[in-house]
Amino acid sequence: MAWKHKHLLGLEELSREDIELILETAKSFKEVSSRDIKKVPALRGKTVVTLFFEASTRTRISFELAAKRLSADTLNIAVNVSSTSKGETLLDTARNIEAMNVDAMVVRHSSSGSVLLLAEGLKCSVVNAGDGCREHPTQALLDMFTLQEKFGRIEGLKVGIIGDILHSRVARSNIWGLTKLGAKVTVCGPATLMPRGIEALGVDVCYDLKKVLKQSDAVIALRLQKERQQDRFLPSMREYSRLFGINQAKLSEGSDHLIVMHPGPTNRGVELSADVADGKQSVILDQVTNGVAVRMAVLYLVLGTKT
Amino acid sequence: MGLLIKNAIIVNADKIWDKSQDILCEDGKITQIASGIASANHEIIDAVGKKVLPGLIDIHTHLRQPGREDKETIETGSRAAVKGGFTSIMCMPNTNPIVDNAMVVEFIIREANRVGLCNVYPIGAITKGQQDGELTDMAELKASGCLAFSDDGKSVLNSRLFRLAMEYAKMLDVLIIEHCQDPLLTAGGVMNEGVVSTRIGLKGDPGIAETVTVARDIEIAHYLGARVHLAHMSLKRSCELIRFAKSQGIKVTAEACPHHFVLTDEACSGFDTSTKVNPPLRSQEDIDAIKEAIADGTIDCIVTDHAPHTKEDKEVGFDGAPFGLIGLETSLGLTITELVHPRIIDLSQMVDRMSRAPARIVGLANKGEIKIGYDADITIIDPDKEWTVTKEGFVSKSKNSPFIGRKLKGFVEYTIFGGKAVYKA
Repeated sequence: MAWKHKHLLGLEELSREDIELILETAKSFKEVSSRDIKKVPALRGKTVVTLFFEASTRTRISFELAAKRLSADTLNIAVNVSSTSKGETLLDTARNIEAMNVDAMVVRHSSSGSVLLLAEGLKCSVVNAGDGCREHPTQALLDMFTLQEKFGRIEGLKVGIIGDILHSRVARSNIWGLTKLGAKVTVCGPATLMPRGIEALGVDVCYDLKKVLKQSDAVIALRLQKERQQDRFLPSMREYSRLFGINQAKLSEGSDHLIVMHPGPTNRGVELSADVADGKQSVILDQVTNGVAVRMAVLYLVLGTKT
Repeated sequence: MGLLIKNAIIVNADKIWDKSQDILCEDGKITQIASGIASANHEIIDAVGKKVLPGLIDIHTHLRQPGREDKETIETGSRAAVKGGFTSIMCMPNTNPIVDNAMVVEFIIREANRVGLCNVYPIGAITKGQQDGELTDMAELKASGCLAFSDDGKSVLNSRLFRLAMEYAKMLDVLIIEHCQDPLLTAGGVMNEGVVSTRIGLKGDPGIAETVTVARDIEIAHYLGARVHLAHMSLKRSCELIRFAKSQGIKVTAEACPHHFVLTDEACSGFDTSTKVNPPLRSQEDIDAIKEAIADGTIDCIVTDHAPHTKEDKEVGFDGAPFGLIGLETSLGLTITELVHPRIIDLSQMVDRMSRAPARIVGLANKGEIKIGYDADITIIDPDKEWTVTKEGFVSKSKNSPFIGRKLKGFVEYTIFGGKAVYKA
């Protein structure tokens, strides 16, 4: 099947076939990254800009490496949000950059839906690197790629997503992607961080971490932002860790083939204990490796280049 | 020289006349209603085939002047009002400076008179600077022209202060209009909290932010025997609370806006910032309840909450965009299309909800009815004529409407203010 999307804004609007095509394409690009010469000419002459309105290290670097390994020219722009809140609007900023003949813009912004505004207002391809609490599609794609690598399938897998579901774009994108590919998703976290009506997205809600660890093939532990305690969502980080942090003791009661994932960066001792993060059930570094391959596939597909 | 409206089918809140009449307007008043009034050098409007209504009254608009004349002015807002069939509008005090002193009130009235298209009644702030701290000099504000007081845009969060405001307003016989939304519960929400906000990752504003304030205000009104008017009700639970309060004889009145009985929170899923409004668009269940409450009189009147914003202000993404949408030019069409044609209310009830009831709530004498001796504020409509809302069609300075492209039935043909035709389609 052919790819027909100019942008990648989220997984909600993609079909199962679209997602499978990205994962399939990523497989061949993963091989490129393992070569001695880690470069193919697929996007030679194209310009890819990363435009980040929120701090990020690994996602931006991952996109940058992905573009470089496809031979695209890259430019990274980190925008201080306070300078855009007055005067120049988001769209203005992006249009100015686009006017320098950019082919794709990889955007992260703290406001949900902001990438849709850009996709509507720009002529170049827009790739969502995280918009507010809405979607982070490439993170979910690399999670799915990793799951497929480990289990050989996604259909029928039981996946738990643990933590602050309310504010998590990683959770939302994974819910869309995993359920479309036939996985069974359970979300688990404090009731105050569980968004209203989440069941309508086709997931189960469970507040018992042990139960989720027992029934799952894989769990994705989400990063807990420290400000959630200041916002009164949580009594304390200690209490959070007690109920929803994964340590070796809890893990040993879980299913024996369970793998532990995390989008990073990890708060060690909060959502994952150090021994779990570095343990044999953790696939966190595989996720990082796969991120480059998946982002190569995404850039390659949205820019519509034929090999 | 007066104005003679020929062949008028008059629609008042208590009845629709079955035979057409002529209406003579002289010196700003309706002086004669009869069949076959002879023309004696009168300006004539032939209303054959149309419906003739008392001028519509909107007790909830934002005109933005003084302060944000780039969004709207008293002049452009007045033009939008008469295009929408309104002959009287009340403007909210959240301007810059805020309407908390007589000078600003006098400025608005003077400017409205200069424009001269419709009545503009300024609403005074309840608290100085709308800061939830000290009460305004309400007696002085009343003397300079304020019939009602509100901190619209936000609630009076301090319950003691709100009690004192209601007590004081009772003494002065002025109306308190409350924007019911507890900001501690809203906590930065930008749309209704529910499945849609969960799905698209926007911060949700829970309905309880409205209903706990509605319940509080009803209790204070009950305790004081004072009256309170609840602005822009958006929820089924609010309607139920008000219905209960009214059944107990508590002096509560309430209003609803067309967007709250036409659009659900699904409209926000495309991130169109013209769907970002306070209170937020709710569920279908709420829409159904509001329609029912308008029909049974639990909700007394329909208002626009006309809230103009520039394209630049709205083009910053959903989180950053200001709340509000324009409504003066679409309110009648939406009401006729969504309530009258589906027979939820009839035209007479519509005239009550959009003219007689608001006149009664605020205490506007000689308005809200076509009657000899009443003010010659008249709106002539074609309830069956279909039209399409377009961006270019708006005379308001701002175009932030989620209804652009929508086909509506119910069209304003003439608006007559003080016996003069101030708008003709």
